[in-house]
Amino acid sequence: METGFLTVYWREMLKFNRSKIMLFVAIIQPALWLILFGIAMSNSFDIIIPEIPSIMSIDYLTFMAAGIIAMTILFTCLYSGISILIDKQFGLMKELVASPMPRSQILIGTTFSGMTKSFIQVIIIIVIGFVIGVQFFYGYSAQSAFVGIMGIFAFVALFSIGLMFLSSAIAMKIESHEAVQGVITLLTLPLFFLSNALYPIESFPAPLKLISAFNPLTHFIDGVRYFGIGSDFTAMGTEYSYETQDILISFTFLAGFAILMYFIAWRTFKNAVIA
Amino acid sequence: MNEIIKVENLSHSYGDLLAVDNITFSVKKGQIFSFLGPNGAGKTTTINILITLLPLQKGEVTLSGFDLKKQKDKVRDSIGIVFQDEVLDRDLTVWETLEFHGKIYSIPKEIRRSRIEELIQLVELTSKRDEYTKNLSGGMKRRLEIARGLLTRPDILFLDEPTLGLDPQTRMRIWEYIKKVNDEGITIFLTTHYMDEADQLSDTILIIDQGKIIAEGTSESLKNALGKDMVYLETDDNDNTIEVLRNTKGILNVKRSSKGLIVVIDEEGSRFLPKIIDLLNRNGIGILSVSLKKPSLDDVFLHYTGRNIRDEQQGKESFSSKRKGGI
Repeated sequence: METGFLTVYWREMLKFNRSKIMLFVAIIQPALWLILFGIAMSNSFDIIIPEIPSIMSIDYLTFMAAGIIAMTILFTCLYSGISILIDKQFGLMKELVASPMPRSQILIGTTFSGMTKSFIQVIIIIVIGFVIGVQFFYGYSAQSAFVGIMGIFAFVALFSIGLMFLSSAIAMKIESHEAVQGVITLLTLPLFFLSNALYPIESFPAPLKLISAFNPLTHFIDGVRYFGIGSDFTAMGTEYSYETQDILISFTFLAGFAILMYFIAWRTFKNAVIA
Repeated sequence: MNEIIKVENLSHSYGDLLAVDNITFSVKKGQIFSFLGPNGAGKTTTINILITLLPLQKGEVTLSGFDLKKQKDKVRDSIGIVFQDEVLDRDLTVWETLEFHGKIYSIPKEIRRSRIEELIQLVELTSKRDEYTKNLSGGMKRRLEIARGLLTRPDILFLDEPTLGLDPQTRMRIWEYIKKVNDEGITIFLTTHYMDEADQLSDTILIIDQGKIIAEGTSESLKNALGKDMVYLETDDNDNTIEVLRNTKGILNVKRSSKGLIVVIDEEGSRFLPKIIDLLNRNGIGILSVSLKKPSLDDVFLHYTGRNIRDEQQGKESFSSKRKGGI
């Protein structure tokens, strides 16, 4: 079996650990979002929106925590592809592609490093969330909390892998740093705002609703809410009720997204001329 | 297998631009082989094809007995590469740089670790073992890159402009390492636009210009083709001088240069010079200056292309140094 991806992964993580600024930003950025945006918004929304009695009602902070997790992974993974661009610009990619190691190993190694960074950030968000009052795993038994965490991690893994393949393909295809930044920024905006990260999509106009149903972010966030909050709750005046099969569909959708992105990235890597 | 690199009818174009134009050559095992030519001559394109970075568009190439088209991975396993630009991860240490390289070539751990120690010693970087590569000097970086190229025990080591941008003292040291490596039986393929580098190091020199091979041979044979000696002359009547000298026995060629005339002679210069002076005196031509010089590779290049390699270099040098400075 090819193990070249482990070498690429080793180098990526070595550098991530070493760059104190990258490490600092990775930790602070999601915490800031959660603390500043979360507390500010939840104070307003919780006043405006009345609680619906009898069903478990979730405060806004808990609702948006899943959105912050999604946004953090989205940013981390899409911008992680830039390490491929830097390897190209510094010529380091030449060392890799002139070696007998298959190019797919570069793709897989880089992707796993993005997934690891995502795991670290999700743990940080959940821990900080607890401190400021996010009610994840509320009323769960120890066993179901464990299942919840594993479920969230499974969704994080698939989601981050798909995004890493996407950003790797972009970074491999495009030559200039500015263009890659531009394309990634252009992607993050609609992906984020056409999802259920910060508000329910039920009130969207029909076309936008349709688009958001095909947005991997929406499926990821549904998965996180299902495992972190529960199958039935209300938030922002909307009732959420997840069947097990809804979550399986979301999981399958994310798997399909990851596979599709892998083929796009693999083709881009295969055809790229690095000289 | 005497010929370790065989290239037949190789051509490569970038769109409409034909960078390498139907070249054929071979390299004998154990040699130091130099590809000499100005920037843009097609050297790096050729080397990039041989090291599998560029696709083989047209022609046949065999390296170490493996077909470049069909056995790419076998070729990759049998070559080492030192790229033209600095290719080092700034945030890795000397040891990690080598460890990373060994791992991507799947060298088993025990062998890898012992070779790394060996090579760090060979290129005298023992004291810099745990230093980040960004803190190394230009010469140290080059030495590290050479060590990296040797880590896989290649049959052939490719060096693309190995001493570009280094100071004279460092260049000489790098040459010593290259010779040392060659003494261990590794074939060296290097490209350079420095005449002295090709002259000092190579067993065989191939001169390339505008994608075509214009001359091939040992440094000696290339220079001898130009005659034994060269006389640089300045006279008060160059036209007449050419007439007088052209049909004289022992003179191979008389050419104009920027300052005067170059007379290529096939005899011992110090003994032949008085004859020239005598001849010109008898024809009433006044000599303003005269000097005697052994032909150099510069003259060889000038002879075959009608241009001086240094003139070619001017504008392009600043371009390449700008590229190196990028982010």
